[in-house]
Order: sequence, then structure tokens, then C-alpha cells
Amino acid sequence: MGNRTMIALQTLWIKECTRFLRIWIQTLVPPAITMSLYFVIFGNLIGSRIGQMGGFSYMEFIVPGLIMMAVITNSYSNVSSSFYSAKFQHNIEELLVAPIPNWVIIAGFVGGGVARAILIGIIVTCVSMLFVDITLHSIPIIIITLLLTSILFATAGLINAIFAKSFDDISVVPTFVLTPLTYLGGVFYSLTLLPEFWQWVSKINPIVYMVNGFRYGFLGVSDVNYMHSLGLLVVFNVVLLGFAYSLINRGVGIRS
Amino acid sequence: MNALNIKGLTKVYKGGTRALNGINLEVKQGDFFALLGPNGAGKSTTIGIISSLVNKTSGTADIFEYSLDAQPVEAKSCIGLVPQEFNFNQFETLTQIVVNQAGYYGVPRNVAKERAEKYLKQLDLWEKRNQPARNLSGGMKRRLMIARALMHEPRMLILDEPTAGVDIEIRRSMWTFLKEINEQGITIILTTHYLEEAEMLCRNIAIIDKGVIVQNTSMKSLLATLNIETFILDLAGEHQSIALSGFEYRLLDPHTLEVDVAKEESLNNVFEQLSSQKIEVLSMRNKSNRLEELFVRLVESGREELANKEKTQKELANG
Ligand SMILES: Nc1ncnc2c1ncn2[C@@H]1O[C@H](COP(=O)(O)OP(=O)(O)O)[C@@H](O)[C@H]1O
Ligand SMILES: [Mg+2]
Repeated sequence: MGNRTMIALQTLWIKECTRFLRIWIQTLVPPAITMSLYFVIFGNLIGSRIGQMGGFSYMEFIVPGLIMMAVITNSYSNVSSSFYSAKFQHNIEELLVAPIPNWVIIAGFVGGGVARAILIGIIVTCVSMLFVDITLHSIPIIIITLLLTSILFATAGLINAIFAKSFDDISVVPTFVLTPLTYLGGVFYSLTLLPEFWQWVSKINPIVYMVNGFRYGFLGVSDVNYMHSLGLLVVFNVVLLGFAYSLINRGVGIRS
Repeated sequence: MNALNIKGLTKVYKGGTRALNGINLEVKQGDFFALLGPNGAGKSTTIGIISSLVNKTSGTADIFEYSLDAQPVEAKSCIGLVPQEFNFNQFETLTQIVVNQAGYYGVPRNVAKERAEKYLKQLDLWEKRNQPARNLSGGMKRRLMIARALMHEPRMLILDEPTAGVDIEIRRSMWTFLKEINEQGITIILTTHYLEEAEMLCRNIAIIDKGVIVQNTSMKSLLATLNIETFILDLAGEHQSIALSGFEYRLLDPHTLEVDVAKEESLNNVFEQLSSQKIEVLSMRNKSNRLEELFVRLVESGREELANKEKTQKELANG
């Protein structure tokens, strides 16, 4: 990889990070507040009446899922809004005229989303430490799951923005697909509480695997096999990154 | 060496609009070249394809002998683009915009910062360097795009209607600036629908209309052509040869004569010479000149733009 390509990638990535840091009140503060509310309401108030779940206090049980929820929404929305507004203001053209390989465009935007997701993951983890003692079963598993999940949803946000023709188009998927799947993804309950049929339905939901993989990293318990989670994440990443690459290569949504 | 070599370039947009119909174009290194044409002629489409913003339908484009298809990195590095519409992030500061653009071309950050100072100063934007771009006036935004295009020190600068909607004073200072950088050896291609602009700046010119290049010549010979009117004279009797001194003429058939007359010359001279040869002219008509018609349209589209601008200004003034 040439030095010039590295400089281009670095420039784009730093620009993407600067963007969400500049508007930190919109990007970094809300997840911290939302998560605190979740901890207070579900963890403290209601959780204290629920008792154990999966062998842990309810609070401990929901922490990994809540972090994952923040990671998913933030990596997605960072890339979808940044890329779409670059399309909308036409400053995406600054990249298209430059001698940048297409993978750098993808890596730069996705890298920005991953950076925000990780930063928020850290913030939310710190917030949760105010409420509960966090156990760490396996740090490598936590890191791998965090990275793969944020890359996946950042890429999904990118694909959404490539096709989007209005700002509405980038809020449809988060509202109607992402949020329901996340809430039904086993953040707040163990799948074992569900009737068999709904357990089976839940296992079609990919987010179940990410939440549980992440929970396994923290607590060492999971409703699904960790290798399934990892395998699924890798496969989804390969498919979506490949799709995004072919879209950018053909200039879909960005070149007339 | 050619800075630009386009062969058989065709563009059909998704809706079916045929914006370019197999155009050929050569621009020499160091040239100051105008691509002139009325609105909708295909100027921006041509520029878009050269600068990788528009996918071509067919044809080839070489930039300084690098094929845009086969050696895109080398080809793109040679070009600095100033597009027709503002296309920077309005919320970024001027420094961020130009320094990042340099970064995309692989210019290290410390070098980019030095160049940012140089070009923002040259374009009279240095005072505004820490302001977000949305605070700039129209003329300043246009200059910001010129500064941005120069950040990687390209061999060729392409400007798509850089002076449209810019007031006359700024337009003149922009012209001076462009002449200067052309003298330093940067090839410049500029699209415009003002003949005067092309006349002021350019050595060579191509005229495009409806996706076809209708004329490609030096500015000098274009002006000479525009200055000439062609008349067709029907003559009584049959003539094998005619002598007219001081005029270009052609005997199309034994009773039809075609004469080119410069606008400042008198037709009397033609008639005198013909009568002295006892040649009688039965009737005379003006040969329709495609170029002439095109220029009438160019002038009209310029007027239209002006009228629209005045209209919106009035509307703005009325609230
Ligand atoms: N993105 C586009 N999609 C469809 N048609 C387009 C697009 N851009 C330009 N055109 C059409 O192509 C023709 C040439 O346009 P353009 O190259 O912008 O002309 P110019 O820059 O000379 O005014 C026009 O008929 C225009 O309507
Ligand atoms: Mg145009």
C-alpha cells in the first residue's frame, strides 16, 4: 500500500472522527443519558424485583446488551448520516475526483463509525460501572465482538446512505428494522424465558448472536454457542463489505 | 504533449438524455482552452467524465497520456477541478476543506498546511481561514474552490463556468489570477457561455452544442470567421470564371456565386467589380451560418440568466 494511499485514508478517517467529536452533544451525550436511564429504571427500580437472570443479577445481565445496543445504533447512524450528508452537500465529490482507491472510501467512513461506536462503548461501560460491578470473562472476545459488530453496522449504514435519496431514507431502516430487532435481540431477557417457538424465531434474528456473543465475553454465559456468533459476524461482514464495495465501484448513488 | 485527449466520448444519462454524442477533443499542454456552449450543451457532462464524477457511456479520455480507465491514479493526480456548483461541506472551515483535499491526493499534512496558507492568501481568503464555508459570499466560495483545486499542484486546472453569477469586479480579478497561473505553465480548461470571457482569456476554443463539437479552432480564427458574412448571388447568364479582387469567393455553378465579406467591408465593392465585368446580379441572399445562429442562442441564454438573476434579486428584495 502506497504512502499516498495511507495519507488519504488517514485524512478521511480523522475527518470522520472530527465530525462526530465536533457535534459531541448530538453524538456522545445522548447514549450516555439513555443508558443511565436504562440502568436506573430497568436495573435499579425494576431489576431489583426481577431477581436473577442467567445466573446473574438483572443489572449485570443487561449491561452487555445495552452496550451492544449503543454500539449498533451509533456505528450505523454515524456512517449513514455522514455519508448521506456528503452526498447531499456534494462534498463526496472531493473524494471521487481524488486518486483514492474505492476501498479507502469505505474504510474511511466505516472506520469513523467504528471509532464512534468504540468511544461510546467505553462511555457506556463507564456509566454502567457507576451502577454495577462489571465482570470480564474474556477481554479478547469482548474486543473481537465489539469490532466485528461495529464494522458490520457501520457498513450497513453506508449501504443505506448509498441508496438513500432523502434524509427520511436513512431513518427508515433504524426505526423499522434496527430498533425492533435490537429490542427483540435478547438485550433485556434470556431467550430461555421464551416459549420454544419464539426461541426458534429469535434465532433468526442476527442481533441475538451479537448480544449473546458480547454477553459471553463479559459474563461467560450465552443463549447461543459463541462460535456461531463469531461465524455469523464474519459471514455478515464479508457479505456486506463486498456489497458496499461493488456499489461504490459501480458508482451507485454517487456517480451519474 | 496533449494535456487532454478525448476520443468518441458519448454519454447517455439514465433517463435517456443523450448529453454527449461522440465528441473528440485535444488540448495541448500549457494551453488556455475554452469549451464554449449554451446551457445544456454538454459542457458539465464532459468535465464530469474527465474528472471521474460522471460515468461515460463510451469513448476514451487520456490526461497527459495517462488513460483514465487504465491509469486512473496518475490521470486523476494531474487534474484540479473547480466544479460548476459549490460542493464543499458548508460546516467545515476553509482550512479544513483545503487541507483535507490535499490529503486525499496524498499530500502530507505539514506540506498541505503551507500550501493552504499560500493559496488562501493568493485568493484573498486568508482572513476567513477559520470560518465555516457557509459564511462566505458567492465570489469567495468560488475562489475557495479554486484554492482547493490547486492544493495538490495539478498540471491542469479545469473550471466549469467559474464566473457564472460572479460580479464583474471579482470576475476580472479571477481572470487575472487564471492568466498568471497559466503563465506558470498550468494548462487551463474553462467552460463558459460568455464569448467575451473566452475571448479575454483563451488561445484555443471548442464550441459544443447539443452534445456535438461544432467548431474547434484557435480563438483568433474563430473571431475572424465570426466576422465574415457569406452571400449567395444568383447571376444572369452563365459564367465559367469570375475575378473578384480582395474577396474570398467560389463559383458554385455557372450562375451561382458565393462571396465572403468581412462585416466592415462594403458590398458596393463587390457589385462594382461585377458590373465592370458586365455580370448582372438577379438576386442575393444571406447564407445561413450555423455558427452565427449558435451565437445568437448563446447571447440569448446569457440574457436569460441575467433576467433570472434580476428576477430573483427583485423577489428577494420584495421579501
Ligand atoms: N444527472 C443528470 N441526469 C440526467 N440528465 C442530465 C444530468 N446532468 C445533465 N443532464 C442533461 O444532459 C444535458 C447536458 O447537460 P450539461 O452537461 O449539464 O450541460 P451544460 O453544462 O453545457 O449546461 C442536458 O440536457 C441536461 O439536462
Ligand atoms: Mg454546466
